[in-house]
Amino acid sequence: MGWFDNGWGLSLIVFLPLVGAVAVLFTPKKNEAAIKALSLGFTVVTLVLAVLLAFRFDFGAADVFQFGTSLTWIESINSGYHIGVDGISLPLLVLSAFVTVLAVIYSFNHWPEPHNPKGFMALTLVLATGMNGTFVALDLVLFFVFFELVLLPMYFQIGIWGDKAIMKIPGFNREVETRLYAAIKFFLFTLFGSAFMLLGFLALYFKSGEFGTRTFDIPGLIELAPNFTGTFAFLVFGALFLGFAVKVPMWPFHTWLPDAHTAAPTVGSVLLAAILLKLGAYGFIRISIPVLPEMAREWAPAIAILAVIGIIYGSLACLAQTDMKRLIAFSSVGHMGFVMLGIATMTPVGINAAIIGMVAHGVITGLLFFLAGSMSHRYHTRDMARLGGNMKIMPIMGGILGFTAMASLGLPGLAGFWGEFMALFGAYSPLAGLNTTLFRTAMVLGAIGTVLTAGYMLWMLQKVNLGEPSSEWEDQHFHDVDAYELTAWVPLVVAIVAIGVFPRLVLGATNDAVVSLMTKAFGG
Amino acid sequence: MAPDIDYLALAPEFTLAITAVVVLMLDLFLPRSQKYWTAIVAVLGVSFAALPLIALAVSDVGERSMLGGSFVVDDFALVLKGLFVVAGYLVLLMSVSYIESDRYYQGEFYFLMLMSILGSVVLASSRDLITLFIAIELVSQPMYLLAGWRKGDLRSNEASLKYYLLGVLASALLLYGMSFIYGLTGELTFAGIAVAGAGMAGDPAFIMALLFMIAGFGFKVSAVPFHFWAPDTYEGSPTPVTAYLSVSSKAAGFVALLVVLYSAFPEAAGVWGPAIWILAALSMTLANLIALRQTNIVRLLAYSSVAQAGFMLVPFAAAATTDAVGLGDAFAATVTYIVIYAFMNLGAFAVVIAGARKTGSGEIEGWGGLGSYAPGIGLLAAAFFFSLAGIPPLAGWLAKLVMFGAAMGAGSSWMVALAAIAAVNAVIALFYYARVVKTIWMDPVPATAPDEEVRTGSVAGSLGLAMGLSVAVVVAAGFFPSLVTFFSEATRGLAGG
Repeated sequence: MGWFDNGWGLSLIVFLPLVGAVAVLFTPKKNEAAIKALSLGFTVVTLVLAVLLAFRFDFGAADVFQFGTSLTWIESINSGYHIGVDGISLPLLVLSAFVTVLAVIYSFNHWPEPHNPKGFMALTLVLATGMNGTFVALDLVLFFVFFELVLLPMYFQIGIWGDKAIMKIPGFNREVETRLYAAIKFFLFTLFGSAFMLLGFLALYFKSGEFGTRTFDIPGLIELAPNFTGTFAFLVFGALFLGFAVKVPMWPFHTWLPDAHTAAPTVGSVLLAAILLKLGAYGFIRISIPVLPEMAREWAPAIAILAVIGIIYGSLACLAQTDMKRLIAFSSVGHMGFVMLGIATMTPVGINAAIIGMVAHGVITGLLFFLAGSMSHRYHTRDMARLGGNMKIMPIMGGILGFTAMASLGLPGLAGFWGEFMALFGAYSPLAGLNTTLFRTAMVLGAIGTVLTAGYMLWMLQKVNLGEPSSEWEDQHFHDVDAYELTAWVPLVVAIVAIGVFPRLVLGATNDAVVSLMTKAFGG
Repeated sequence: MAPDIDYLALAPEFTLAITAVVVLMLDLFLPRSQKYWTAIVAVLGVSFAALPLIALAVSDVGERSMLGGSFVVDDFALVLKGLFVVAGYLVLLMSVSYIESDRYYQGEFYFLMLMSILGSVVLASSRDLITLFIAIELVSQPMYLLAGWRKGDLRSNEASLKYYLLGVLASALLLYGMSFIYGLTGELTFAGIAVAGAGMAGDPAFIMALLFMIAGFGFKVSAVPFHFWAPDTYEGSPTPVTAYLSVSSKAAGFVALLVVLYSAFPEAAGVWGPAIWILAALSMTLANLIALRQTNIVRLLAYSSVAQAGFMLVPFAAAATTDAVGLGDAFAATVTYIVIYAFMNLGAFAVVIAGARKTGSGEIEGWGGLGSYAPGIGLLAAAFFFSLAGIPPLAGWLAKLVMFGAAMGAGSSWMVALAAIAAVNAVIALFYYARVVKTIWMDPVPATAPDEEVRTGSVAGSLGLAMGLSVAVVVAAGFFPSLVTFFSEATRGLAGG
């Protein structure tokens, strides 16, 4: 399978969904069966290829980029089509392909209004190309293009199929539909961050010219890392930080997240939470830390402080929510806080924690958003005050919700545990030279955050799942989970358990790569 | 002694001039029902003008210089001539159905259009002050007439008059500056001025002359604060003319600016660099802020094109503080931006023509729900507007990238500041570009929308072709940037980098 290993396999994983999107675009709107078949076919083949990739991956050399290729792309600026996966990107790539398939399957029975499967599937497929591409790009310009490619489809998904409730724009005297507000807010925030990120990339490119040929190549820039010091590196790290922190999102750049997640159609929320949020944290691990290790160390305390604020703030905000979906959205702020806390420790444990935390958050919160979508589909409300006694109305859905909430609050034995635990563990002994007191304080606050997380998750369960159903649902018939939902959810449940009891599924791939990355960045 | 004439080098100009005359003659003799032949001949003539360009591009002769170095056909000239011809071709395609649909004077329209294209093609080759001035006037003068083409419409008259008065003012400023330069250096050709003016960068008269010329070009490219004519003229003119004004005419201004500043005043980059820094920062910021409040789609595109001019000026500002390689980078960056801008903006105007017919409205609000009954146009609109905003995978991202690159590569904190201003402006711009797309795809169909028949009516074939060609370039160049950079890199020889 030479062709598969030398770039074709990876390129297919990235671009097959895009081909699928074009194919869907040229299918007549009326022919929904063909649209479904095409989108499912293309995403399943992509997933099969990604799994094949994982099986052929040489875990003994997880720190080396595999299956890659490097071709000339934009000659005039020496930017190449350079792709490859290592142990860090492999789990995220597989996660992305995996969740995309489930999102497509779920859509088949839950088309959001207005009914337009063609447009919805085409956008989802474009989104998949952007997500997969970001995880394999090893050239800054290529990374930028994929990083930005996700914006358009997500903007349209939120804006066209999002929440139609009327809201008042904070600070203005105007009323607007939530979807419109959330869509443009998401777009503007992310673009603001990535515009400065691009300036940072360009600064690195020109600086690299002082030590040889100018390059956008990420491994090439990592080799030059010791040269990037002083004010220059400080500003570049700041620019990249802006781009990635908005995407993660870190407090105080998080305000787009609750709006976007809540307003997006179910599948949009799932993909946003499961994959899109990972792009930012992945950027820190793939670019910021190895290329600018000196500055990563300098910025680490600030990142840790923001991360902890995110954890506490996200949890407290959850306790103030009345809307179930918004609560789950805010919980992402807290969970991504743990991921960033892990990264801030600048230790192999912390980075490993971040990656397994990302994967776990992807499957858990993805499933939570599926559930929230299906519940509001049935009850026509997400107001937790009106929900209640769901276990009695829909026992299977209630059961899955209970299970997922437990996973989300970090119950040992389920996927959510490892990321939180290891991040706190890493914060106890951060990289030599970092302020131990600060990080241990962060650890304590983070631990309080886990308690708060348990608090709001159980509170939500109590309000939604337990108790007696409200009288308004008495005469209505509720259909418990259907086949499409089960097909989409059971694999996620399996993944949550599998990662929970066998974290080596993720850590086995990441550990060598992380250790090698950290050794290169900060020395033995 | 008769001057040496290289007929192949002049073939594109001859083709256009002959076509223009043929169109005028045809218009005299054809009965009214047969006038469409003028359109066909004009489109064919512009297509034929591309053939000698290809022949010149593949010939081994290299740079062809004639008339004492006043008229030069080098790689830069070929690339820009190619762009002007293609842009002219697209504008003609957009005009066909638009002009036919009303009782306009077809023959004269195409004649004037061809003359303006001829001017821009000459401009790309002109290497002395007089040729340049004549060429740039040949680009503008027919436009004064075409802007007022809808005689019965008051706004069209206003458009024409405003454009004429301010255009003449700009020409006067330009000529005034040129006369000073000639007086100071005793030279007309740019090469000569570069040599004779090398030590004059500190001379107040020289600086003043240079600033006068920049002000004159500032009108042509509609940079703030010389942009006042643009919104009214754009709104009042027939839309294909507006498309031409915002692309070819603007590009002509930039070509003149590129040739003059880089080849005649390389030593004075310390003077014109900062001046253009100010123009760029003002153009981006003010135009974007004003664009936020526009309700008419053509006015929105007018301010957008002023803001885009600001982005295109950014690399010029970098020239003051950079080395020879950086100078070439800045030069190539502007050319790249112009090429990509041409296609995405022409596409945007083609969509405006098609959309205005379907919605019966030039107000953005009237376009609500267009995506639901004309998904093709809605999709194209999204492609062109998001390309203008610089969102990958559409080609606009490459334009932004090279523009930022030129700024960051200069290595001065002033240029980093300008890059930061441009970055913030890119975000502001997204808001109003996205607002149009939002209206098309996310808003309901307004009550004022025309009836079913109009809304689902078909788009004229020539207009569809123009949109198809533009979107093909915008998408292809987004994925394969080398398609554009190959050409823009070829031009950097002019900057000596």
